[in-house]
Amino acid sequence: MSAHSPLAVEATGLVKSFGETRAVDGVDLAVGRGSIYGVLGPNGAGKTTTIRMLATLIRPDAGSARIFGHDIVEEADAVRGAVSLTGQLASVDEDLTGRENLILLGRLLGFKRPAAKERAAELLEAFGLLEAAGRLVKHYSGGMRRRLDIAASIVVTPDLMFLDEPTTGLDPRSRNQVWEIIRALVAEGTTILLCTQYLEEADQLADGIAVIDRGKVIAEGTPGQLKASVGSGALHVRLLDPEQRLVAEQVLGRELGGVTLGADPAALSASCSAADRAAEAVAELTRAGVRVADFSLGQPSLDEVFLALTGHTADEVSTEQGDPIHEEQAA
Amino acid sequence: MNTNAATQAAPTPTADPAAVRKAISSRPRPSRPSALSAALTFGWRGMLKVKHVPEQLLDVTITPVMFVLMFTYLFGGAIAGSTGEYLDYILPGILVMSVLFTTVYSGIALNTDLTKGVVDRFRSLPIWRPSPLVGSLLGDSVRYLVAGTVIILLGLLLGYRPGAGPGGVLAALALVVVFAFGLSWVFTTLGLLLRTPNAVMNAGFMGIFPLTFLSNVFVDPATLPAGLEAFVDVNPISILATASRGLMEGNADGGDIAIVLTVAAVLTAVFAPLTTRLYRRA
Repeated sequence: MSAHSPLAVEATGLVKSFGETRAVDGVDLAVGRGSIYGVLGPNGAGKTTTIRMLATLIRPDAGSARIFGHDIVEEADAVRGAVSLTGQLASVDEDLTGRENLILLGRLLGFKRPAAKERAAELLEAFGLLEAAGRLVKHYSGGMRRRLDIAASIVVTPDLMFLDEPTTGLDPRSRNQVWEIIRALVAEGTTILLCTQYLEEADQLADGIAVIDRGKVIAEGTPGQLKASVGSGALHVRLLDPEQRLVAEQVLGRELGGVTLGADPAALSASCSAADRAAEAVAELTRAGVRVADFSLGQPSLDEVFLALTGHTADEVSTEQGDPIHEEQAA
Repeated sequence: MNTNAATQAAPTPTADPAAVRKAISSRPRPSRPSALSAALTFGWRGMLKVKHVPEQLLDVTITPVMFVLMFTYLFGGAIAGSTGEYLDYILPGILVMSVLFTTVYSGIALNTDLTKGVVDRFRSLPIWRPSPLVGSLLGDSVRYLVAGTVIILLGLLLGYRPGAGPGGVLAALALVVVFAFGLSWVFTTLGLLLRTPNAVMNAGFMGIFPLTFLSNVFVDPATLPAGLEAFVDVNPISILATASRGLMEGNADGGDIAIVLTVAAVLTAVFAPLTTRLYRRA
């Protein structure tokens, strides 16, 4: 690491096209050392392609980027020596055991065999995988696979770690564990570039966030700034009787505004900044004879962020880009 | 492993953030591995896969065993007058065939690998670029040895007695494996160009099957129509089969061996860089 390059990632005008599609269309990023930087966007927005360029897996068509001052094209080898990658598909070998995966990486990173074994044992223990160490990874649960994946990324602790949707598809408990691990990593000085579809995840972890849409950064700032610019959180209501949704929509529209209807025919949301306003709105619903099954206050969803920033929802983007993998709100 | 094996109701083990922190800061970065060490590590990965799924060796050994038995006892009398005589002719040929068929699997394995996230990790490591490819082919060479050994042992069991003894047999096996190493680069290139493992298998066997049958592996080319005979005579697989027979019987032609080694070297020189280029961009 050279002392005169304070930034972990410095990207200017990155462009990458696949055929007709401009997957990444002029992305600028500046990520300080020792921070967690969130790249927030829906499927097909260009997050993974950006990461793959920064990790030297593909070459940009235009623009440039430096990782700790090293050019990703000219000094690719130096970049590889400083980063590690945790992919959207877990980047571990499913046909080997957890232990073998870690020993394999240890050897490839230059440890002698005994040191690689020792390091593997240490990581298996720390990540709660000792009991599963001898099992083939294809038999692991999603959470275990993620933990192994992250363990594999720190066999040699990288200066910069790319995490591509580390909690997509995980249950809340496994998700919290992954978050704990990420916090531990950054506490020890690793810089993290985190791609995610969840505003909550970025909000929980990141110091700075870039919102990316159709290959472009459309907003940037701290989680607080971003949420302030979007407006607010939301009141989510689920009705006992879907037939009453029309009435509920009118009541909430009058009380709070910004009503969106969920894919669930009994669910709807309204934008809401303060809890007491939400309480009043729920009381109004009851007064209007609408029976409420449950309600909750939540942060704005990615959809809402997108609606506020771009005028279209994240969903529309992903449909356009023809990338329907793990859409949450499948009907 | 032995600490809580007995406690069935124990909570699912989880990551321990304190231990994770300790694990992060505990060790200095080692110096990078040499090209050879990285390649051998990938070879070890290939071996581990065989260890976990030994059945995959059956795929590549059962067919040749069937061929030995079928050709010896079904066609041997008709083709060569007696089963024993035909065995002497066909065994080195089947050795060639079985090892060359195995090379197609190198392409299939590479194509399968590419669909998985782990390749991205390998490609983002600061290692000698071709090492994953060289390593997996080194690992495959061990499979070629296994396939070859099975055929030779079966031949010995059926009464095959090579004139040049164990030394000749080992030399023949070595020659076949070297040629197979060169040929497998063709299939790894194919493995990177085609979309699915199945497509690689179909294309691979569509190439290797006729090439093997249009050689002197099964029959003496002197019995063939002139045009076909001319093709069979220049087919490198014929030359490899002839050289293997020669090595096993102790009357090998140095020129044949030189041709086989040259073809292997040319295949490697053309297709290894091509594979490496394609792999880098995959």
